[in-house]
Amino acid sequence: MKKMTVKAGLDNLSRVLACVDEELETAGCSMKTQMQVDIAVEEMFVNIANYAYAPGEGDADVCVETEETDGGKRIRITLADQGKPYDPLMQEAPDVSLPAEKRKIGGLGIFMARKNMDEMTYEYRDGRNILTMFKRI
Amino acid sequence: MLNIKKTKEGEKLMIALEGRLDTLTSPDLETEFKSDIDGVKELVLDLEKLEYISSAGLRVLLLAQKTMNRQGSMVVTNANESIMEIFEVTGFCDILTIE
Repeated sequence: MKKMTVKAGLDNLSRVLACVDEELETAGCSMKTQMQVDIAVEEMFVNIANYAYAPGEGDADVCVETEETDGGKRIRITLADQGKPYDPLMQEAPDVSLPAEKRKIGGLGIFMARKNMDEMTYEYRDGRNILTMFKRI
Repeated sequence: MLNIKKTKEGEKLMIALEGRLDTLTSPDLETEFKSDIDGVKELVLDLEKLEYISSAGLRVLLLAQKTMNRQGSMVVTNANESIMEIFEVTGFCDILTIE
């Protein structure tokens, strides 16, 4: 298990991904799975960095662990912040069938995160946004 | 880390990307694209060595595609299987011309 608390800023994205990748490599993830998990973590961490505390700043807690399940192993990643209550899973999915001229990029990040993970849950507890993401490996 | 290699021949611009196109590196690609795109009729993006793309990278590809829709054509080449899957999930395979 890997845990870290960092200031929720874009300049810490690389540190967060390095921490996640270290756990994924230990767990023996394929390069493709690693990319998919990295995308989800990037999108959700960037969201926290850009919006959770704006215009102020605060911390984000990151926890990555490998769990044994009936069907094999899975990765569990938790991202938590103490910013404004916000449930990213309520965000409407973008229309990915629109042509280029009509495309808006907003909402695509969360959509990509959800598509690349098997399951995501959100709860607001004790003043914290807690997002948990799962991926079988 | 993203390496951007540009080759310009007349009205044709080739941009080869190597590494990760993410929140941190996408602004670099946007800057490089904008500085060289005037007068370009044919843009080729070579993704052979691109290992990773997030929504920030897709945003720049969309910007490039919209720009080239107005002034010429754009082709994306050599994307690996994982990148192709991202294009498919996000509908970018319909927006981009992928060879």
